[in-house]
Amino acid sequence: MTVNPFPRFTAFVRVACMGLALLAGAAVQAQFRVDVAGIGLNQLPIAVSAFRGEDGAPQKIAAIVQADLERSGQFRAVDAAGVALDELTRPDVALWRQKGADSLVSGSVARLADGRYDVRFRLWDVVRGQDLGGQSYAVTQGDLRLAAHRIADFVYEKLTGEKGAFSTRIAYVTKAGPRYQLWVADADGENAQSALASPEPIISPAWSPNGAQLAYVSFESRKPVVYSHDVATGKRRLIANFKGSNSAPAWSPDGRTLAVTLSRDGGSQLFAIDAAGGEPRRLAQSSSIDTEPVYSPDGKLIFFVSDRGGAPQIYKMPASGGSAERVTFTGSYNISPAVSPDGRWLAYISRVNGAFKLHLMELAGGGVTVLTDSAADESPSFAPNSRLIVYATQQQGREVLMTTTLDGKIKARLSGQGGNIREPDWGPFQK
Amino acid sequence: MKKLFLVLCTAALMAGCGSAVKLDNVPVEDKSGTSISQSGANGDGSAVGKSGVTSVDVGKSTQQAAVPAGARIVYFDYDSFIIKPEFQTVIEAQARFIKADRTRKVAIEGHTDERGGREYNLALGQKRAEAVRGALGLLGVSDAQMEAVSFGKEKPAVLGSDEAAMAKNRRAEISYR
Repeated sequence: MTVNPFPRFTAFVRVACMGLALLAGAAVQAQFRVDVAGIGLNQLPIAVSAFRGEDGAPQKIAAIVQADLERSGQFRAVDAAGVALDELTRPDVALWRQKGADSLVSGSVARLADGRYDVRFRLWDVVRGQDLGGQSYAVTQGDLRLAAHRIADFVYEKLTGEKGAFSTRIAYVTKAGPRYQLWVADADGENAQSALASPEPIISPAWSPNGAQLAYVSFESRKPVVYSHDVATGKRRLIANFKGSNSAPAWSPDGRTLAVTLSRDGGSQLFAIDAAGGEPRRLAQSSSIDTEPVYSPDGKLIFFVSDRGGAPQIYKMPASGGSAERVTFTGSYNISPAVSPDGRWLAYISRVNGAFKLHLMELAGGGVTVLTDSAADESPSFAPNSRLIVYATQQQGREVLMTTTLDGKIKARLSGQGGNIREPDWGPFQK
Repeated sequence: MKKLFLVLCTAALMAGCGSAVKLDNVPVEDKSGTSISQSGANGDGSAVGKSGVTSVDVGKSTQQAAVPAGARIVYFDYDSFIIKPEFQTVIEAQARFIKADRTRKVAIEGHTDERGGREYNLALGQKRAEAVRGALGLLGVSDAQMEAVSFGKEKPAVLGSDEAAMAKNRRAEISYR
């Protein structure tokens, strides 16, 4: 069978060939920690049964898989409590049909002699009584969550036909007292590892297209400076430390250029810098504030914020610079553009009656919808499959991260690090 | 039509009986799997975190240089970077102090209140810092002694969402470095 290595992780994918087997011992109900709200249309009902052996394992695989699928907005969880299964057990399809499920995931987790874990699963279509496939992974304890996310990706792709983004990473910043940290976490916000700790603010993290670097703005030298930071090694390089303020880094899709906002020539103006370093090239000339550049996925355009018209609006121009065309026309304050990887959507923050709310524009037609009813939204970022947006907002006075479907109907609050959480950026698909 | 109806009925019956569908009979798998080495290409896994993240700590804030007595802060109205007349004396006093010693360096730090996005507020704070730099420059302070930077909304002087707190955050501070 072909081996499919994950360069950064130890999971090892094999297509498992299973025979029929007797039922395993009783399964214990998994603890589901999901904070999903909303009613979606056309959700696929799926049961994810507790994995045999997960009770003794450090991670509750089934709960992670189920939370991923629910957060996508395209699945509705069916209670799988009280039925003991593993990946070898042929399910009683009548039972699951009666529970209202169309699909079922079952599996097992076992400790290997070398200390790693053997995670196996199978996906069943309980309408047609078909085995839709399964896989097995041999992973270290640290990669158990990744194995669960890979299972969720498999299920998502098999049942929706689209690529899952559950095993991708997000970056975010926390502030706890006087201390700031930049974290790299699973896409569900968990399993966060600190990439940078600082007594001064960190803002605007931006993943490189290959997922290996994070560009960000650090105030550790008591002025804003742009770094590019290799996540695996901790090595970082100064991208922009010119006189004045340096901020708003954005990677070109080929990873070779960073667009930044510099005040070295006065004001806040847009420049392009080679990712390897060098002299910045000015992209636009205005006597206004130009900031928050983002490249279109095809690399041909840069969307950005400018108040050249009197108030901040979103514009677009050729990536090499040139005349800009206004994109947002509703509302008097539109900032923080994010373009979906499929190029179809523009997410941004618009101030409406003093409240800052996440909006979505369909780029082809220009139609705009409001996605939230919160009042302090910031920093939207698309999942690499263009199906979810992560953003920062406030709930009961605390800064939190949320995800939303593009229709605004299914929202989830991400758990994860304590303290105030802000500035999320969703990383790319892992190669 | 009748044939189609029969086919449909049969299909419906088949769908209703789950046990009608056979599972594939497949061979038992090889349990002694191999896996990719945990470490990176250089073979040294000890420096790398378990999911490929190495932590960096930039430590404590540095100390400030000698500062003059008296006010160093200019406050601004909402959405404005115009220096109000009442702050002219602050600027004049600071200009005198900076000019008195050519080696003195100041950073003029612009700030905003908490409303609005972080990057746009960074740019607004920059305008406030540059307004004060311009005023100092008009009084003869050399450009080489000044740097206008912004903290946007990241470093409020006063926590709180009421107008009194926000008014104290819309400011430019002259910081001796």
